[in-house]
Amino acid sequence: MKHALKPSQYAILIAIMLTASMGDSLLARGMKQMGAMDIHHLGKLLLHAPFNPFVAGGIVLLIGFFAAYTTALSWADLSFVMPATAFGYVVIALLGRFWLHEHLSVPRIVGIALIVCAVGFVAGGPSRTEHPKLDQMDRGLGPL
Amino acid sequence: MTLSPVLHIWASIGFVAALAVLGEVLIAAGMRQLGDLDDIRAARGMGGTIAAVITNSRFVTGALCMAANFFAMLYALSIANLSLAGPAIAALTYIGNAIAAKLFLREHVDKRRWLATLFVAVGVFLLTR
Repeated sequence: MKHALKPSQYAILIAIMLTASMGDSLLARGMKQMGAMDIHHLGKLLLHAPFNPFVAGGIVLLIGFFAAYTTALSWADLSFVMPATAFGYVVIALLGRFWLHEHLSVPRIVGIALIVCAVGFVAGGPSRTEHPKLDQMDRGLGPL
Repeated sequence: MTLSPVLHIWASIGFVAALAVLGEVLIAAGMRQLGDLDDIRAARGMGGTIAAVITNSRFVTGALCMAANFFAMLYALSIANLSLAGPAIAALTYIGNAIAAKLFLREHVDKRRWLATLFVAVGVFLLTR
């Protein structure tokens, strides 16, 4: 297993956390501005939502998230990237507390602590599994 | 034959999580097959890198699964409360990804990663309380 990440790779992981959390926050704010939508009128939603500046900004950030996420999966395991980037949930909770002045309950504080611990567990460990079966799979001979 | 409302909601939540896991695993398999994108970009430039990614069949199938997951999520949210569906789908997806990564991607999911996955799943659930 590979152990060390380059500084640019840490930057990609941080970009995943920030773009996902900020993109979701912008989308949520934009959709609240647009008001309640009926599930049976998705066409109307698709026509109007992209012209809301918050929704447009959210879409741009989420495209950036997808690019950073696929890049990370090209040099790290899925079971490493998923928990390592979960810190984005903490960013959302902290944005809610300090930007939107939402209440931070005890269960939420415990949730933040658990996610911080989880990120600490995986961040110090190896990022990539390497063995012959995987090399075989990479050449298109494996189970997927 | 009709499903009970509770079973209907949980079947929808399970389906959304399963689509997310399938999509993530296929995208991860595609990226592993391609190799480090930084190396590809150095050799073929940004255009060549994008072309390599979007012509990878595993990646494209995974992305289609993620698109289907988005619409399945909209359906799930139309029959279940966000406060139930959101954390339940996120938690199931985290645990499902760890299991699928071990079974299908042959990743070495050690105790550290299992514990991290469990902590994130419980943490995400608690954040919505």
